[in-house]
Amino acid sequence: MKAHLTRRYIFSASHRLHADSLTDQQNRAVYGKCNNPHGHGHNYALEVTVSGQVNPTTGMVCNLVDLDEAVRREVLDRFDHVNLNLSPEFVSEVPTTENLSEVIYDLLKQNFKAAHLEKIRLEETAMNSFEYDGN
Amino acid sequence: MVYLTRKCEFSASHYYHNPSFSEEENQRIFGKCANLNGHGHNYTLEVTVKGEVDPTTGFVVDLKDLKDILNREIIDALDHRHLNKEVPEFADQIPTTENLAIAIWQRLESKLNIATLHRVRVYELPDLFVDFYGEP
Repeated sequence: MKAHLTRRYIFSASHRLHADSLTDQQNRAVYGKCNNPHGHGHNYALEVTVSGQVNPTTGMVCNLVDLDEAVRREVLDRFDHVNLNLSPEFVSEVPTTENLSEVIYDLLKQNFKAAHLEKIRLEETAMNSFEYDGN
Repeated sequence: MVYLTRKCEFSASHYYHNPSFSEEENQRIFGKCANLNGHGHNYTLEVTVKGEVDPTTGFVVDLKDLKDILNREIIDALDHRHLNKEVPEFADQIPTTENLAIAIWQRLESKLNIATLHRVRVYELPDLFVDFYGEP
């Protein structure tokens, strides 16, 4: 039997949305207050969904300890309480939550092999969220 | 096609222990969930059914009928129970959230003659849930 398992994690980070290829005026027009020069922060909520056959001896799709460890190592240690604009992942990309979703999906896809990564869902605030499944 | 989801809650206790493992293996794999004295959760169950909207009632399903089936088949069987000791499915399998979602699907599928079951979602905690779609 195939089941989907979802685990939720919280991290906090700051960012400023600013594209170097746009003028200051264009940046203000596109990003609004997200372009304010000193940045701002969010409490992000990340939901990681994995899937697989339920192992008949353990009753598990994968061991949560392994999933927690991978998310801690690849995502939380990297992005919790940092300025995303200064992270190597965003040297040449704007740290929108769309781009952050893709980065997190790719990091987990490459480094977590105990179950199939179905998708990630990232809430920037309680009012907006983004999903990415690799497509 | 419209999807309708009904939410309900139940509270139950369980432990994770495979008698074919050594005590050391049970501890290593299941951690504190392996404590044979058990522990409990407030589970939240979301059952999603799908179907065409009936043109005369405007319903996918009569919610009262769905609620009655959920109460009779799931809540009465699981609420304030010890899953390992009182629920037959877990006499020989471990009551993980994965297996619980599958057991709830199987109980509902045979009794839910008023709509097509689409998804069973079981929250063990607000930050941990399992979805089962009836996939083999």
